[in-house]
Amino acid sequence: MLKDITLGQYYQTDSVVHRLDPRVKLAATLLYICSLVTVKQAPGYVLAVLFLAVVIRLSHVPFRFMIRGMRSILLLLILTFFMNLFMIKGEVLVQFWKLSISREGAEMAVKMAVRLSLLIIGSSVLTLTTTPNNLMDGMEKALKPLKKLRVPVHEIAMMMSIALRFIPMLLEKTDRIMKAQMARGAAFDEGNLIKKAKSMVPLLVPLLVSSFQIAGDLAMAMENRCYRGGEGRTKMKPLQYKRRDYITYIVVLVYFAACIAAGRIVPFGRIF
Amino acid sequence: MKIVKTKDLVFDYIRRDEEGNVEGITTAVDHVDLDVEPGDFIAILGHNGSGKSTLAKHFNAILMPTEGAVWVDGMDTADKDKLWEIRQRAGMVFQNPDNQIIGQVVEEDVGFGPENMGVPTKEIWERVKESLKAVGMYEYRKYAPNKLSGGQKQRVSIAGVLAMHPKCIVLDEPTAMLDPGGRKEVIRAVRALNDVEKVTIILITHYMEEIIHADKVFVMDRGKVAMRGTPREIFSQVEKLKELRLDVPKVTLLAYELRKSGLALPEGILTVKELVEALDRLKAGDK
Repeated sequence: MLKDITLGQYYQTDSVVHRLDPRVKLAATLLYICSLVTVKQAPGYVLAVLFLAVVIRLSHVPFRFMIRGMRSILLLLILTFFMNLFMIKGEVLVQFWKLSISREGAEMAVKMAVRLSLLIIGSSVLTLTTTPNNLMDGMEKALKPLKKLRVPVHEIAMMMSIALRFIPMLLEKTDRIMKAQMARGAAFDEGNLIKKAKSMVPLLVPLLVSSFQIAGDLAMAMENRCYRGGEGRTKMKPLQYKRRDYITYIVVLVYFAACIAAGRIVPFGRIF
Repeated sequence: MKIVKTKDLVFDYIRRDEEGNVEGITTAVDHVDLDVEPGDFIAILGHNGSGKSTLAKHFNAILMPTEGAVWVDGMDTADKDKLWEIRQRAGMVFQNPDNQIIGQVVEEDVGFGPENMGVPTKEIWERVKESLKAVGMYEYRKYAPNKLSGGQKQRVSIAGVLAMHPKCIVLDEPTAMLDPGGRKEVIRAVRALNDVEKVTIILITHYMEEIIHADKVFVMDRGKVAMRGTPREIFSQVEKLKELRLDVPKVTLLAYELRKSGLALPEGILTVKELVEALDRLKAGDK
């Protein structure tokens, strides 16, 4: 039953966006988030929406998968919308009882909602088109300069990818232990919260013990295969920039510049 | 030159209490002398706790001898500068198929060893391809390890070691956690490596059927080498094997019982075919 969960939210298909170097996608996502923070006026928002729409189109990922990420922040989205709507004082548009909606508030509420949605959808594009492993590789290489500051970049990336590799196995183990304990009369979903939490102990203790066992075995297996950290290590699948990656960098930079420009053309204008 | 050689090898497990005082010493390996010729298929046999796994872990410097010495391809395992070279020369496959696969995809796992050794990218791909082909797992190169059966996982592990181009592969009970089908699969792959690629094999096991094809067998008991010789020499001593709490293959046992009850069969029959032939000869002689 626990076997069916998928890791991350990678959507398997073949597209230009999928084939891009993970470093490009990371940089582009960061820049896109920055652009969302800088835009203040309607033209900027239109630009941001258009840009994202084109990327989504190119990625061949169905739009409903993009929306999925929104579910988790729906509450936050609604909350910020109404907070902005009612809290910001200004030229009153509507008033009933003690609540009033100002023109500035309405403007801000819409802007914030759009900004948040774009932010979430924009970053889901990254995780939907990049495998966790690929992403880790990209981060390792992009963060390599941090090594000079003694940040163990390679080690962190290795730990993350091993964790990803072992999650399905630990789930399987959990499943097995659960069944074994249930066969001995354990009940995992009965009683109140405290009782439920207590019933987890006979599940967690054997799981923890066996994780240590696995970790010990794995460390031995890795040493046995000459693993000695990132030093002097070659890559089977090295990351290499291709032409499309350079083009993407240029496109994203042009977009970012356009966003800033869009804010300048209509300074303090009231387009909304 | 011997590929693996041990001289007066002793290894003690030291048990300590919480303050670090020595509570007791268990001698797991007790004065073992062993020579392995390049290209040999060696089997080390013994029941649980006989010290066979502890012995195996000395062959690629996971454990260091308490007394005596181990040489791998002429290098002393106590020499710290040679540690990685020793591990590359003598690769090891462990018991649990799940806990030794590091990569998230089969081909990435096989490439892990060469990556660590600093082999150039292009050559890594060649090595991965040839190793996977050698164990018959090439078609599965894009699979996630957790989608494979136990026998397949062990073959991937063997390929992972093979990609490091070792001279010798030590397999520490590689079939203990497998079903009979998987067990056969793995043993077949190991034998093919020995025959075709001429890799020295040291197989540690407690399954008698797996040692029939070995060139030389060492039987361990309580840390000591209790018997040594060819499989035929070993299996002709059924009484002694029973004493060491080891199961004799059924055919050998049958032949032994028949001999005891008066049939003139030769000693140390290992396969069904041999028994049938011997019985046929006996029948022809009777007439």
